[in-house]
This record gives sequence, C-alpha cells and structure tokens, in this order.
Amino acid sequence: MNADLVFDLVLGAGLLWSAAGALLGRDRYGAVILFIVFGLLMTLAWVRLAAPDIALAEAAIGAGLTGALLLDALGGDSAGTAQRGASRWLLLPLAGAIAILLAGALRGLPAPSGELREAVSAALAHSGVSHPVTAVLLNFRGYDTLLEVSVLLAALLGVLGAARDARPARLSAAPLLQAATRVLVPFMLLTAGYLLWAGAHRPGGAFQAAAVLAAGAVLLALVGMLGGWTRPALRTRLAIAAGPAVFLLVAAPSFERTLLLQLPPQHAGRLILLIEAALTLSLGFILAGLFLALLRGDTAGDGQA
Amino acid sequence: MSSGLFYAILGCALFALGLAATLLLREALRRVLAFNVMGSGGFLVFVGLAQRDGVVDPVPQAMVLTGIVVAVAATALALALLRRLEQTDAHEP
Repeated sequence: MNADLVFDLVLGAGLLWSAAGALLGRDRYGAVILFIVFGLLMTLAWVRLAAPDIALAEAAIGAGLTGALLLDALGGDSAGTAQRGASRWLLLPLAGAIAILLAGALRGLPAPSGELREAVSAALAHSGVSHPVTAVLLNFRGYDTLLEVSVLLAALLGVLGAARDARPARLSAAPLLQAATRVLVPFMLLTAGYLLWAGAHRPGGAFQAAAVLAAGAVLLALVGMLGGWTRPALRTRLAIAAGPAVFLLVAAPSFERTLLLQLPPQHAGRLILLIEAALTLSLGFILAGLFLALLRGDTAGDGQA
Repeated sequence: MSSGLFYAILGCALFALGLAATLLLREALRRVLAFNVMGSGGFLVFVGLAQRDGVVDPVPQAMVLTGIVVAVAATALALALLRRLEQTDAHEP
C-alpha cells in the first residue's frame, strides 16, 4: 500500500513537472522533449490504472507518433521565443484555481454503480472475443470506432489539403541507420501482426497494431527510405478506405434485423478479426500519412544533393 | 484513497494546467502542447473516476483508447494548419 502510494505521488509530481516544463520552458526543443517525457509518464499512469491497452497506445501514439510530429514541426527553428512575463505568472495561479474547483467537484460524487461494467461482462460470451476492451471497441460500441476512423480520415484530408503545395521530401541518413532499419522493420510488421491477433483475448488489437505499423513507416521516413506524401497513390487510397469500407460491409446485412452495427453472435469472432485486420491497415496508413504528409525535407541535405 | 481517485484528481490538475496554458500562452506550438495536456488530463479523470472503487472498467478504457488516436489526428491537423500559417506570414511582410 505505502510503496504504491509513494510511486503514485512520484509519478504525479513527474507528470505535473513535465507538463509545466513543456508549457512554460523557454526553449521550444526542450519543451517538445519534455512533452515526450510527459507521454511516457502517462504510459506508466495507465499501467497503474490497470489499463494496458491504453498504455500500449499511449506509448506508441501519444509519446511516439505525437513526439515525431512535434519534432518535425520544430524544423530548423528551435530558438526559444520568450513567453510574455505577465501571462506566465498568471498561468500557474489560474491553473491552481481551476484545479481546486474541479477536484472539489469530485468530492460529492456517489459511488460508481458499475452497471455498464456488469452489462459488458454479462454479454462478453456473445461478443466473439474474450478481451472486454476489444469487445467494447469492435462490438458493443462499434459505432464509436467507425466514427473514429472517419474522424481520422477527415484529419488526414485536412493535413493533405493544408500541406498541398509542399515538395515531396526525403531525408538523408547514414548507411548504418538504414541497415539497422532494414533489420528492425520486419520485426515491427511481425509485432503488429501479433498485436492484431492477440487483441481477441488479451491487451492489443487494431489500434496498437496500426500504431506499430505507423511507427515503422516513420522510422523508414526518418532514415530516408520512404519519401513524404504529396498526393497518395491509388493503392494507398484503397488501403486507407479499406477499414471503414469493410466495417460498413460487414455491418450492413444486420441493419434491418438488429441494432446498428450489431454483429451476429455465431460469427462475431471471425468478423471482428476481419474488421480489425482492415482497420489495422487503414489506421496504419492514416497515422503514417499524418506524419509523411507533414515531413519536411532536411534543407541541408537538399543543398548538397 | 484509491489510485483511481488519485489519478482522477491528478487529471483535474493536468486539465487545469492545460486549459490555463491554452488560454494564456501566445506561441501557437505551446497551445498545441497545452491542448494535448488538457486531453490527457480529461482521459485520466474519465478512467480514474470510473475505477475509483478499484474495479477495472473496460468501457471508459475503450473510449479513451479511441480518444488518444483522435488526439494525435487533431494534433497533426493543428500542426499542418500552423505550418500553413507560418508560410502565409512569411509571404506577407
């Protein structure tokens, strides 16, 4: 009990310190690094909350992909622009006041009823999978996941639109890095496949598998083996559309008989694997695309070429 | 105090820090960081509160998983718009 509490307190202090440092630090580069540290500490917080699915996603997406995006956004200009003094000194008291207000509102809450939790464990046997988080994501609340892919598609379209006149960028890198990447990427594909398969009965699934795929693409781009996107090719677009398309096709036959996106219990396991495989492909391409569309060429390399 | 409640309160503090920074900071990149901190705080409150009796609840966990993926998409879109803004500013004196 005491060791747990000490760990929680240290982790909480670390989270607040890294967040404050990322927001208030003078140097932009340092701020982004501290934000990545914040993401990694969040991963530990999810482990403490017994949420390994979120921890996996946070490590790969929250800390990894967001970090890569932010570092790329810094580009060459990492010079700190000094924050205005007045607002800096106002910030912490304001944050403290809001925090006290919010935390105070938590005190009067009744004990959690656990109704949803019980409903999930009661229906788990008919969901086709034995891992409750996957059952919620792909079966009980499938429309959340479908809408989420749609939001991601919209975001990717927005990113491609905003970056439309960018030149296709390709970074240059040392041959040793490229050789190491050639070894690493097949293992990342293998890991993604495992995570996809494991999602049915333990932490893992389409999101985490897609995050690993996207991380592989980011790695390939960083060592110059994959160029940035300007206009995705037809193949890429088909892969991006596969997830939502398969999801809708699988769910469409049940539209008139049962609830929206409800899967027939006798085939649910196989259907979920099919949907997850398509989602992994789509999400992997979309997440990779978010990075690749924003990739800046390294100007030093361009000058030499 | 259960660790669920502890992380819910920590989430409140992070949300407040992110909100204040989003409102007060001038630099656009910091605001992107700030809304991410705000989001993380919200996620902690969501999962922490549901699990304050110490029992794992898969429903908020699944929704936060969705939220994290949406947050990175929003961040990428914000950074794309930010770059567009910088280019526009650079063209106009």
